[in-house]
Amino acid sequence: MDWLIEILKAIGLALVVFTYLAVVGAMLGVYMERKISGWIQARLGPKHVGPQGLLQTIADTVKLLQKEHITPRNADAAIFNTAPIIVAVAGLLDWIVIPFGKLGDRVLVVRDLNIGVLYFAAMASLTVVGILAGGWSSNNKYALLGGLRSASQMISYEIPLALGILWVAMVTGTLSTVGIVEAQVGSGSWAVLDWFVFQWFPFGFIAFLIFLVAATAEVNRVPFDLPEAESELVAGYFAEYTGMRFALFQLGEYAEAFAMAALATIMFLGGWLEPGLPAILWLFLAIGAVAAAAFIMFSGARQSLVVRPILILSLITAAVGVIMFFGVNAGRSPVLPSPVWFLVKMFALVFFLMWMRWTYPRLRLDQLLGFSWKALLPVGLVNLLITALYMLVRR
Amino acid sequence: MGELAAFTILALVTLIPAVVVVTSKNIVRSALSLIPTFLGVTGIYIMLSAEFVAGIQVLIYAGAITVLILFVIMLTEGGSGVRVRQVNEQVPLGATAAVWLGFLILLVIFRTPWPAAPAAQPQYSAATIGNAFLTDYVLVFEATSLVLLVSLIGAIIIARREA
Repeated sequence: MDWLIEILKAIGLALVVFTYLAVVGAMLGVYMERKISGWIQARLGPKHVGPQGLLQTIADTVKLLQKEHITPRNADAAIFNTAPIIVAVAGLLDWIVIPFGKLGDRVLVVRDLNIGVLYFAAMASLTVVGILAGGWSSNNKYALLGGLRSASQMISYEIPLALGILWVAMVTGTLSTVGIVEAQVGSGSWAVLDWFVFQWFPFGFIAFLIFLVAATAEVNRVPFDLPEAESELVAGYFAEYTGMRFALFQLGEYAEAFAMAALATIMFLGGWLEPGLPAILWLFLAIGAVAAAAFIMFSGARQSLVVRPILILSLITAAVGVIMFFGVNAGRSPVLPSPVWFLVKMFALVFFLMWMRWTYPRLRLDQLLGFSWKALLPVGLVNLLITALYMLVRR
Repeated sequence: MGELAAFTILALVTLIPAVVVVTSKNIVRSALSLIPTFLGVTGIYIMLSAEFVAGIQVLIYAGAITVLILFVIMLTEGGSGVRVRQVNEQVPLGATAAVWLGFLILLVIFRTPWPAAPAAQPQYSAATIGNAFLTDYVLVFEATSLVLLVSLIGAIIIARREA
């Protein structure tokens, strides 16, 4: 009966992960996207449904659930209806190997596979199948063009993505996500320097950049959002989808984007580890945040539209700085619970992705592919080679 | 019991889409049906506790090769419509080969004295595989990469000539 319990456990955990993704990934993700795009474009973003528009996405989801499913008459119905499920499930499967933190001695991860990051790359590569199937079966030239662009883009950018992952695997000697985080545990008051983004500077940083750029391209976000370029392809591969199927594509896309941010956090930013800094620096951080808030309040910047989110952010930073200052002085480690740090880092990266999206225009297809093959790939390979040489010499 | 059930399910997942691959009249459906077949094989690798091979199987076969096949079909003239039809003219030849292969496999199964002694499971990890590739099997490994390189250059030359 062991396997029966295992299956029940798997179903339960799948429900937990799916709920997390639907709520945090899709709903909060869409809300953040709309709010941040609003601020960047000097608008307010959603404002009326719930406090500060927080319930807007829930209202949208309810609306989408009620919409009619339309299958175009000339579409290939079976493939057309399966495609959104492939995208959503591939996004869901990514999260199995993502550790969220530690509760006592137990790592909060669905399953710590010994091929963790390889599994992640494999599941991420399945998304493109759903996109291509959806684009083709719609029997619509815009959808097909979107699907084809997505396929060429994802095939090209999977290689730099793998090079970024490979760098970490080579340095740690393990593929397990938990093992990778544990390899970044530092000691002393500057423990933060043992994160791979700082370790072996600048090689770790270069690998981090390569991974981040390739991840942005893998999840089809601006400046790499050619598959769904609104101004030329309507909506790209999901132009024909309605209601909940459309929402499933969105869910898969946000799940994937959040998963990429989570993996970047785990591989380069120390996962759930607390940034180990000397206590005095935390105090400086708090003072700096308060000073920035004061400057905004007592200068002309008060009139600007985005003053409130910046004030809230600096208040939170000041509070964290003070807590960490006293916590580190009291010799507690970690001061804040580890899942908090994981989520903070992940959301910082998600914010970074959104910031990119609303700041830069999209590239042309040939520029995009050329950038992958002529810039990212050679730099990644050379980075890998030099790091390997360095490891060999140091040993 | 659980293992048998898992194997049966995986075998069905592998075989049913495989039949669709060779019988479907629509070439894109054939290509898409390859994916569940590859995933079923992945499951069997996992049952044999060869996780690394399973991961590579998904990454390369399901994620890259199938996408490449689909990509090529859709870029071919007339391949992009939903109403593409294809006919298989080599059914007798294929059937003959399949029957012979099946006969050979059955022969092996019935000639083997069961139960065969269980061999010790090989020490398995990504590092072991890497070491094997670069020590004992380095010649085969390099020859394979040479074949890939040649096919890559060949593809470019063919494409150039038509342009």
